[in-house]
Amino acid sequence: MNVVFLYSALGIALFAMGLYALIVYAHLLRKILALNVMSSGVFLILIATAFRAPGRPDPVPHAMVLTGIVVAVSATALALALAARLRAATGNPHLSDADTAQRE
Amino acid sequence: MTDTSATQTIPRPARLLVGLLTLLLAAALGWALWHLPGTAVGLAPEVSARLADSGVRNPVTAVLLNFRGYDTWLELAVLLLAVLGSWTLAHTTDVGPVEPVPGLLLSALLRLLLPLMVLVAGYLLWIGATAPGGAFQAGSVLAAAGVLILLAWPAAAERLPDSLLRGGLSLGLAGFFAVALGSLARTGYLLQYPTGWAGRLILLIEAAATLSIGLTLTALFVGGRPRRTERESSP
Repeated sequence: MNVVFLYSALGIALFAMGLYALIVYAHLLRKILALNVMSSGVFLILIATAFRAPGRPDPVPHAMVLTGIVVAVSATALALALAARLRAATGNPHLSDADTAQRE
Repeated sequence: MTDTSATQTIPRPARLLVGLLTLLLAAALGWALWHLPGTAVGLAPEVSARLADSGVRNPVTAVLLNFRGYDTWLELAVLLLAVLGSWTLAHTTDVGPVEPVPGLLLSALLRLLLPLMVLVAGYLLWIGATAPGGAFQAGSVLAAAGVLILLAWPAAAERLPDSLLRGGLSLGLAGFFAVALGSLARTGYLLQYPTGWAGRLILLIEAAATLSIGLTLTALFVGGRPRRTERESSP
Protein backbone atom coordinates (compact mmCIF):
# COMPACT_ATOMS: atom_id res chain seq x y z
CA MET A 1 0.00 0.00 0.00
CA ASN A 2 1.64 3.24 -1.01
CA VAL A 3 1.56 6.44 0.95
CA VAL A 4 -0.84 8.25 -1.39
CA PHE A 5 -3.48 5.58 -0.97
CA LEU A 6 -3.03 5.58 2.81
CA TYR A 7 -3.74 9.28 3.10
CA SER A 8 -6.55 9.07 0.58
CA ALA A 9 -8.13 6.23 2.53
CA LEU A 10 -7.89 8.30 5.71
CA GLY A 11 -9.56 11.16 3.86
CA ILE A 12 -12.34 8.85 2.76
CA ALA A 13 -12.75 7.60 6.33
CA LEU A 14 -13.05 11.17 7.59
CA PHE A 15 -15.58 11.95 4.90
CA ALA A 16 -17.68 8.88 5.68
CA MET A 17 -17.63 9.45 9.43
CA GLY A 18 -18.54 13.09 8.95
CA LEU A 19 -21.38 12.17 6.64
CA TYR A 20 -22.72 9.66 9.17
CA ALA A 21 -22.61 12.21 11.96
CA LEU A 22 -24.20 14.86 9.77
CA ILE A 23 -27.23 12.69 9.07
CA VAL A 24 -27.61 10.95 12.40
CA TYR A 25 -27.23 13.65 15.04
CA ALA A 26 -29.89 16.24 15.71
CA HIS A 27 -27.88 18.94 17.46
CA LEU A 28 -26.96 21.69 15.00
CA LEU A 29 -23.49 22.17 16.41
CA ARG A 30 -22.71 18.51 15.82
CA LYS A 31 -23.89 18.83 12.25
CA ILE A 32 -21.67 21.85 11.67
CA LEU A 33 -18.69 20.02 13.15
CA ALA A 34 -19.50 16.99 11.00
CA LEU A 35 -19.43 19.20 7.89
CA ASN A 36 -16.02 20.46 8.93
CA VAL A 37 -14.75 16.91 9.35
CA MET A 38 -16.07 16.03 5.89
CA SER A 39 -14.29 19.00 4.38
CA SER A 40 -11.07 17.98 6.11
CA GLY A 41 -11.41 14.56 4.52
CA VAL A 42 -11.88 16.06 1.08
CA PHE A 43 -8.87 18.33 1.50
CA LEU A 44 -6.76 15.38 2.61
CA ILE A 45 -7.72 13.43 -0.52
CA LEU A 46 -6.93 16.42 -2.74
CA ILE A 47 -3.51 16.91 -1.19
CA ALA A 48 -2.67 13.21 -1.19
CA THR A 49 -3.50 12.76 -4.86
CA ALA A 50 -1.50 15.88 -5.71
CA PHE A 51 1.62 14.06 -4.55
CA ARG A 52 1.36 11.56 -7.39
CA ALA A 53 3.04 14.05 -9.71
CA PRO A 54 6.68 13.19 -10.41
CA GLY A 55 9.06 15.74 -8.96
CA ARG A 56 7.33 18.57 -7.16
CA PRO A 57 3.70 18.02 -6.17
CA ASP A 58 0.95 19.45 -8.31
CA PRO A 59 0.28 23.01 -7.08
CA VAL A 60 -3.24 23.40 -8.45
CA PRO A 61 -4.96 21.10 -5.89
CA HIS A 62 -2.98 22.87 -3.17
CA ALA A 63 -4.43 26.18 -4.30
CA MET A 64 -7.89 24.62 -4.43
CA VAL A 65 -7.53 23.38 -0.86
CA LEU A 66 -6.41 26.82 0.34
CA THR A 67 -9.48 28.33 -1.27
CA GLY A 68 -11.60 25.53 0.15
CA ILE A 69 -10.36 26.09 3.69
CA VAL A 70 -11.27 29.76 3.55
CA VAL A 71 -14.70 29.04 2.11
CA ALA A 72 -15.26 26.34 4.74
CA VAL A 73 -14.37 28.79 7.50
CA SER A 74 -16.78 31.37 6.11
CA ALA A 75 -19.56 28.83 5.73
CA THR A 76 -18.97 27.51 9.25
CA ALA A 77 -19.12 31.02 10.67
CA LEU A 78 -22.38 31.76 8.89
CA ALA A 79 -23.81 28.38 9.92
CA LEU A 80 -22.88 29.05 13.55
CA ALA A 81 -24.54 32.47 13.37
CA LEU A 82 -27.67 30.85 11.97
CA ALA A 83 -27.63 28.12 14.62
CA ALA A 84 -27.22 30.69 17.39
CA ARG A 85 -30.09 32.73 16.00
CA LEU A 86 -32.27 29.63 15.69
CA ARG A 87 -31.57 28.70 19.28
CA ALA A 88 -32.33 32.22 20.44
CA ALA A 89 -35.57 32.24 18.49
CA THR A 90 -36.89 28.75 19.24
CA GLY A 91 -35.08 27.77 22.41
CA ASN A 92 -33.71 24.47 21.18
CA PRO A 93 -30.52 23.82 19.25
CA HIS A 94 -31.93 21.48 16.67
CA LEU A 95 -34.30 21.72 13.75
CA SER A 96 -37.81 20.51 14.39
CA ASP A 97 -40.02 18.91 11.80
CA ALA A 98 -43.15 20.86 12.56
CA ASP A 99 -43.55 24.26 14.11
CA THR A 100 -46.40 23.28 16.36
CA ALA A 101 -46.02 19.52 16.87
CA GLN A 102 -45.02 18.42 20.36
CA ARG A 103 -42.11 16.04 20.67
CA GLU A 104 -42.99 12.63 22.11
CA MET B 1 -35.86 23.23 27.71
CA THR B 2 -36.67 19.71 26.63
CA ASP B 3 -34.34 16.94 25.48
CA THR B 4 -31.67 19.13 23.95
CA SER B 5 -28.94 16.67 24.74
CA ALA B 6 -26.08 16.60 22.32
CA THR B 7 -26.50 12.87 21.80
CA GLN B 8 -30.01 12.99 20.43
CA THR B 9 -30.10 11.02 17.21
CA ILE B 10 -32.48 9.61 14.63
CA PRO B 11 -34.08 6.26 15.57
CA ARG B 12 -31.91 3.15 15.73
CA PRO B 13 -33.04 1.38 12.51
CA ALA B 14 -32.37 4.56 10.56
CA ARG B 15 -28.96 4.83 12.20
CA LEU B 16 -28.07 1.31 11.09
CA LEU B 17 -29.21 2.03 7.56
CA VAL B 18 -27.23 5.25 7.38
CA GLY B 19 -24.17 3.51 8.80
CA LEU B 20 -24.44 0.77 6.20
CA LEU B 21 -24.87 3.25 3.35
CA THR B 22 -21.92 5.37 4.42
CA LEU B 23 -19.80 2.22 4.70
CA LEU B 24 -20.81 1.30 1.16
CA LEU B 25 -19.98 4.82 -0.02
CA ALA B 26 -16.59 4.67 1.67
CA ALA B 27 -15.91 1.30 0.08
CA ALA B 28 -16.86 2.59 -3.37
CA LEU B 29 -14.65 5.67 -2.95
CA GLY B 30 -11.81 3.48 -1.69
CA TRP B 31 -12.16 1.19 -4.68
CA ALA B 32 -12.09 4.20 -7.02
CA LEU B 33 -9.03 5.68 -5.36
CA TRP B 34 -7.26 2.33 -5.30
CA HIS B 35 -7.50 2.19 -9.07
CA LEU B 36 -6.06 5.66 -9.63
CA PRO B 37 -2.79 5.55 -11.54
CA GLY B 38 0.25 5.70 -9.30
CA THR B 39 1.73 8.71 -10.99
CA ALA B 40 -0.28 11.45 -12.60
CA VAL B 41 1.25 14.49 -14.14
CA GLY B 42 -1.63 16.79 -13.40
CA LEU B 43 -1.09 20.46 -14.14
CA ALA B 44 2.38 20.71 -12.62
CA PRO B 45 4.22 20.94 -15.98
CA GLU B 46 1.97 23.74 -17.23
CA VAL B 47 2.51 25.69 -14.03
CA SER B 48 6.27 25.14 -14.10
CA ALA B 49 6.46 26.24 -17.71
CA ARG B 50 4.81 29.61 -17.03
CA LEU B 51 6.07 30.18 -13.50
CA ALA B 52 8.78 32.59 -14.65
CA ASP B 53 6.14 34.87 -16.18
CA SER B 54 3.85 34.82 -13.18
CA GLY B 55 5.76 37.34 -11.08
CA VAL B 56 6.34 35.04 -8.10
CA ARG B 57 8.51 31.99 -7.53
CA ASN B 58 6.17 29.91 -5.37
CA PRO B 59 3.94 27.81 -7.67
CA VAL B 60 0.97 27.75 -5.28
CA THR B 61 0.98 31.53 -4.98
CA ALA B 62 1.28 31.81 -8.74
CA VAL B 63 -1.77 29.60 -9.17
CA LEU B 64 -3.74 31.42 -6.49
CA LEU B 65 -2.99 34.99 -7.47
CA ASN B 66 -2.19 34.82 -11.15
CA PHE B 67 -3.36 31.74 -13.03
CA ARG B 68 -6.53 31.29 -10.96
CA GLY B 69 -6.77 34.80 -9.58
CA TYR B 70 -10.45 34.94 -10.42
CA ASP B 71 -11.16 32.19 -7.88
CA THR B 72 -9.31 34.12 -5.19
CA TRP B 73 -11.29 37.22 -6.07
CA LEU B 74 -14.54 35.37 -5.57
CA GLU B 75 -13.18 33.86 -2.37
CA LEU B 76 -12.77 37.34 -0.92
CA ALA B 77 -16.37 37.99 -1.89
CA VAL B 78 -17.42 34.83 -0.06
CA LEU B 79 -15.69 36.07 3.09
CA LEU B 80 -17.51 39.39 2.84
CA LEU B 81 -20.81 37.60 2.29
CA ALA B 82 -20.28 35.55 5.45
CA VAL B 83 -19.75 38.74 7.46
CA LEU B 84 -22.82 40.35 5.92
CA GLY B 85 -24.85 37.24 6.70
CA SER B 86 -23.75 37.16 10.32
CA TRP B 87 -24.41 40.90 10.57
CA THR B 88 -28.02 40.48 9.49
CA LEU B 89 -28.59 37.92 12.22
CA ALA B 90 -27.40 39.48 15.46
CA HIS B 91 -25.87 42.41 17.23
CA THR B 92 -22.41 42.29 18.73
CA THR B 93 -23.71 42.51 22.25
CA ASP B 94 -26.09 39.60 21.71
CA VAL B 95 -23.57 37.00 20.66
CA GLY B 96 -20.07 38.35 21.05
CA PRO B 97 -17.80 37.97 24.08
CA VAL B 98 -19.09 40.08 26.95
CA GLU B 99 -16.77 39.61 29.89
CA PRO B 100 -13.03 39.81 29.47
CA VAL B 101 -11.11 36.71 30.40
CA PRO B 102 -10.37 37.09 34.11
CA GLY B 103 -6.85 37.26 35.42
CA LEU B 104 -3.62 38.97 34.53
CA LEU B 105 -2.07 36.32 32.37
CA LEU B 106 -3.83 37.16 29.13
CA SER B 107 -3.07 40.89 29.23
CA ALA B 108 0.53 40.25 30.11
CA LEU B 109 0.86 37.68 27.35
CA LEU B 110 -0.79 39.96 24.81
CA ARG B 111 1.71 42.73 25.42
CA LEU B 112 4.38 40.31 24.26
CA LEU B 113 2.39 38.42 21.66
CA LEU B 114 0.59 41.08 19.65
CA PRO B 115 3.62 42.86 18.17
CA LEU B 116 5.11 39.47 17.40
CA MET B 117 1.95 38.31 15.66
CA VAL B 118 1.85 41.42 13.51
CA LEU B 119 5.47 40.80 12.61
CA VAL B 120 4.79 37.16 11.74
CA ALA B 121 1.82 38.19 9.61
CA GLY B 122 3.95 40.66 7.72
CA TYR B 123 6.64 38.04 7.20
CA LEU B 124 4.14 35.47 5.93
CA LEU B 125 2.72 38.02 3.51
CA TRP B 126 6.13 38.90 2.14
CA ILE B 127 7.53 35.39 1.92
CA GLY B 128 4.47 34.16 0.02
CA ALA B 129 6.19 35.07 -3.23
CA THR B 130 8.95 32.51 -2.77
CA ALA B 131 7.83 30.05 -0.08
CA PRO B 132 4.54 28.81 1.40
CA GLY B 133 2.75 31.86 2.69
CA GLY B 134 0.67 34.69 1.34
CA ALA B 135 -2.45 36.64 2.08
CA PHE B 136 -4.60 33.96 3.68
CA GLN B 137 -1.95 32.66 6.00
CA ALA B 138 -0.99 36.16 7.12
CA GLY B 139 -4.64 37.13 7.47
CA SER B 140 -5.25 34.13 9.71
CA VAL B 141 -2.46 35.19 12.05
CA LEU B 142 -3.93 38.69 12.18
CA ALA B 143 -7.33 37.20 12.91
CA ALA B 144 -5.88 35.17 15.76
CA ALA B 145 -4.44 38.40 17.14
CA GLY B 146 -7.86 39.99 16.78
CA VAL B 147 -9.53 37.13 18.62
CA LEU B 148 -7.02 37.42 21.48
CA ILE B 149 -7.66 41.15 21.68
CA LEU B 150 -11.39 40.52 21.90
CA LEU B 151 -10.93 37.94 24.63
CA ALA B 152 -9.04 40.46 26.73
CA TRP B 153 -11.08 43.52 25.74
CA PRO B 154 -14.54 42.64 24.43
CA ALA B 155 -15.56 46.26 24.10
CA ALA B 156 -13.16 46.59 21.19
CA ALA B 157 -15.86 45.13 18.95
CA GLU B 158 -17.94 48.25 19.48
CA ARG B 159 -15.10 50.75 19.65
CA LEU B 160 -13.64 50.38 16.18
CA PRO B 161 -14.77 53.38 14.13
CA ASP B 162 -17.46 52.51 11.65
CA SER B 163 -15.58 53.77 8.60
CA LEU B 164 -12.48 51.79 9.52
CA LEU B 165 -14.47 48.63 10.09
CA ARG B 166 -16.44 48.72 6.86
CA GLY B 167 -13.51 50.05 4.86
CA GLY B 168 -11.26 47.33 6.18
CA LEU B 169 -13.77 44.58 5.51
CA SER B 170 -14.16 45.56 1.88
CA LEU B 171 -10.54 46.54 1.28
CA GLY B 172 -9.48 43.15 -0.09
CA LEU B 173 -12.33 42.87 -2.56
CA ALA B 174 -12.00 46.52 -3.56
CA GLY B 175 -8.26 46.17 -4.10
CA PHE B 176 -8.80 43.17 -6.32
CA PHE B 177 -11.48 45.09 -8.21
CA ALA B 178 -9.13 48.01 -8.74
CA VAL B 179 -6.35 45.78 -10.05
CA ALA B 180 -8.75 43.86 -12.27
CA LEU B 181 -10.28 46.94 -13.81
CA GLY B 182 -6.90 48.59 -14.18
CA SER B 183 -5.47 45.60 -15.97
CA LEU B 184 -8.60 45.39 -18.11
CA ALA B 185 -8.12 48.99 -19.16
CA ARG B 186 -4.44 48.47 -19.77
CA THR B 187 -4.33 45.14 -21.58
CA GLY B 188 -7.90 44.55 -22.71
CA TYR B 189 -8.30 41.30 -20.74
CA LEU B 190 -9.71 40.94 -17.24
CA LEU B 191 -7.00 40.14 -14.69
CA GLN B 192 -4.29 40.08 -17.36
CA TYR B 193 -1.49 41.77 -15.47
CA PRO B 194 0.60 44.14 -17.63
CA THR B 195 4.03 42.78 -18.52
CA GLY B 196 6.52 43.14 -15.69
CA TRP B 197 3.90 44.32 -13.22
CA ALA B 198 2.65 40.93 -12.07
CA GLY B 199 4.86 40.66 -8.99
CA ARG B 200 4.03 44.12 -7.72
CA LEU B 201 0.31 43.80 -8.38
CA ILE B 202 0.22 40.43 -6.64
CA LEU B 203 1.88 41.93 -3.57
CA LEU B 204 -0.54 44.84 -3.63
CA ILE B 205 -3.55 42.56 -3.82
CA GLU B 206 -2.20 40.32 -1.09
CA ALA B 207 -1.45 43.23 1.25
CA ALA B 208 -4.99 44.57 0.94
CA ALA B 209 -6.38 41.07 1.27
CA THR B 210 -4.34 40.33 4.41
CA LEU B 211 -5.83 43.26 6.31
CA SER B 212 -9.26 42.43 5.01
CA ILE B 213 -9.07 38.74 5.87
CA GLY B 214 -7.81 39.46 9.40
CA LEU B 215 -10.63 41.90 10.04
CA THR B 216 -13.23 39.63 8.41
CA LEU B 217 -12.33 36.56 10.44
CA THR B 218 -12.30 38.63 13.64
CA ALA B 219 -15.71 40.06 12.74
CA LEU B 220 -16.94 36.52 12.12
CA PHE B 221 -15.68 35.56 15.58
CA VAL B 222 -17.66 38.43 17.09
CA GLY B 223 -20.68 37.21 15.18
CA GLY B 224 -22.83 40.32 15.06
CA ARG B 225 -22.97 43.86 13.81
CA PRO B 226 -21.89 46.66 16.11
CA ARG B 227 -24.90 48.27 17.66
CA ARG B 228 -23.22 51.59 17.50
CA THR B 229 -23.39 51.74 13.70
CA GLU B 230 -27.16 51.65 13.63
CA ARG B 231 -29.03 54.82 13.11
CA GLU B 232 -31.97 55.66 15.30
CA SER B 233 -35.27 56.30 13.64
CA SER B 234 -34.74 58.86 10.95
CA PRO B 235 -34.95 62.46 12.11
